Amino acid sequence: MMATPMPAGVQMETRRITFRDAVREALQEEMQRDPTIFVIGECVELRSAWRTTRDLSVLFPGRVRDTPISESAIVGAAVGAAMLGMRPVAEIMVGDFVTTCMDELVNQAGKARYMFGGQIDLPLVVRIPTGLAKNAAAQHSQTLESWFMHAPGLLVAAPSTPYDCKGMLKAALRGRDPVLFFEYKMLYALQGDVPADDYTVPLGVADVKRAGRDVTVLCWGSVVHKALAAAVALEADGVSVEVLDLRSLVPLDTPAIQRSVERTHRAVVVEEACRPASAGADIAAWIAEHVFYSLDAPIKRLAAPPVPKPFSTPLEQAVVPQTDDIVRAVRELL
Amino acid sequence: MTQPIQDSLGLTGDQLLELYRQLLTIRAFEERVKYESSLGNVLGPTHLYIGEEAIAVGVCAALRPDDYITSTHRGHGHALAKGCRPDRMMAELFGRETGYCRGKGGSQHIADFSAGMLGANGIVAGGIPIATGAGLAIQLKQSDQVVISFFGESASNRGPFHEGINLAAVWRLPVLFVCEFNHFGQYTYARQVMRVENVADRAAAYGIPGLVVDGNDVLAVYQAAREAIARLRAGDGPMLLECKTYRLEGHNIGDELYYRTPGEAEAWRLKDPIDRYSAWLKDREVLSEALEAVTQARVQAEIDSAVAFAQASPFPPVEAALQDVFSADYAVRLS
Repeated sequence: MMATPMPAGVQMETRRITFRDAVREALQEEMQRDPTIFVIGECVELRSAWRTTRDLSVLFPGRVRDTPISESAIVGAAVGAAMLGMRPVAEIMVGDFVTTCMDELVNQAGKARYMFGGQIDLPLVVRIPTGLAKNAAAQHSQTLESWFMHAPGLLVAAPSTPYDCKGMLKAALRGRDPVLFFEYKMLYALQGDVPADDYTVPLGVADVKRAGRDVTVLCWGSVVHKALAAAVALEADGVSVEVLDLRSLVPLDTPAIQRSVERTHRAVVVEEACRPASAGADIAAWIAEHVFYSLDAPIKRLAAPPVPKPFSTPLEQAVVPQTDDIVRAVRELL
Repeated sequence: MTQPIQDSLGLTGDQLLELYRQLLTIRAFEERVKYESSLGNVLGPTHLYIGEEAIAVGVCAALRPDDYITSTHRGHGHALAKGCRPDRMMAELFGRETGYCRGKGGSQHIADFSAGMLGANGIVAGGIPIATGAGLAIQLKQSDQVVISFFGESASNRGPFHEGINLAAVWRLPVLFVCEFNHFGQYTYARQVMRVENVADRAAAYGIPGLVVDGNDVLAVYQAAREAIARLRAGDGPMLLECKTYRLEGHNIGDELYYRTPGEAEAWRLKDPIDRYSAWLKDREVLSEALEAVTQARVQAEIDSAVAFAQASPFPPVEAALQDVFSADYAVRLS
């Protein structure tokens, strides 16, 4: 996979690490800093299924714990521990499994502060490896951020680079609210530059991954890299594409969306999730409602059709937007 | 069932009378809630604890103030027994600003974290994994506090019961799982939906002790809870304590009870936990007729004053509807 550069303007000593090591470094550094942080999940003591927690159980005995395959208990226990002032990190091994702990995520974690009248902070992070993984098929490939945009009280983050991942996870671990941290599985091997020193990236702040004049492509997670590749391809034709990486979906950085679309006058919203009632649908509606008079063309949406993610490679690749689809969509708007 | 308790378990007369006062307080609170609900003052679906008071009182009497509980949709008794104030509870039920949840939670979400009351819960079995997590926090902090998770027998048919207790057992967490077997899941008899007679039998599936006690005998509950909690504080891991009782009222206020077997409630009324305990206290001359009257009057005055407090309290300002979704670090997106 290609490597990602540091954001412009960041000047520190850097190292090149993978996205999965960005997760591990964020956990390790924050656990070192804050003794209330602990990690629970399935197979996290050895390394986790995605090798994101390697060595942590040795470095922090008793604070990295394997659980039974019990997602309700994992998230419910995280809620209970957070109520007593701890900072749990719960790993849901595969994003599709959020269906097995929806009550704990939506009715407990998301609502506790509100329904108890603001008595408590609920500083917990639920890490959710998500999205396509090569040929993982219908029950191991979905990405369900939109469900949690609809459920009040949950922050939803989905970084696209090692730099953002490490900085945003550290920010999540220093916050006071429940954060659902979506890690796109296809990004774990991605390399990128990360500062050697401590830093955070705030949640709720979008990032222009590539500046452009003609069209804004709005995206997050692994799709960002397809959008960047599309922008490179279109540049050869003299089309200047701005890639706006939203990075968080709750809070959604609507001022950044407004600034970008007002400058380019065209918007393409791209996502890997199914099209109906998706995050992209909400973002497109926001643009239509608030930036309509700046638009020179209809908003374009690229998303998966509402079918389960298929197994076989050609089918799997056919249902999610690819770089060529983004190129085509941009051209149609000009 | 265990034998009825014949001695006072080392409790002083004042301690025995305090249990009596708490039983009366919960009963009086619930009777008044029923009345205020009929007037439209108490808002929303409300589930009464009448007939089950001995469980909350007996268990919480064995706790320290710095211990924790999780509760259920039928949680007023748990909250009162854990030290929540009747006035702030009543204000919450009235939907007022001065309520424990600033009028944003109501009956099914009363919580008082300063009293160790981690919340009523509108989801059956919802509090069980939360209690496990509280136990995990205690273990990580290396404290000797304990957690009680109250739930009904119907919760034992849900997945979070299995997952939460199993996890607590695996990690030997200091959580006492207290099942209130009140015979009903809403309008369905437990016997229609369970093949085991005792929820405590399910403890074997988690490798932890399970015990059945008479949930209408406050001292039997207290004794069992005290022994279980001593186990927890010694680090011996969780336990399942099942208290047999009966839901004398309907599922919620307004339930017509068409489904209830005729004569059944009347039989259970003869085992009313308050009548039984007051008779026991009188038998041992701990409680006199005069003291009974004085205690009842004091309890009634406290409930009257709770209602007056609730009535005099303002409704929350409408802006409050948009507050407390997140910490002050984040705003709710309004457009």
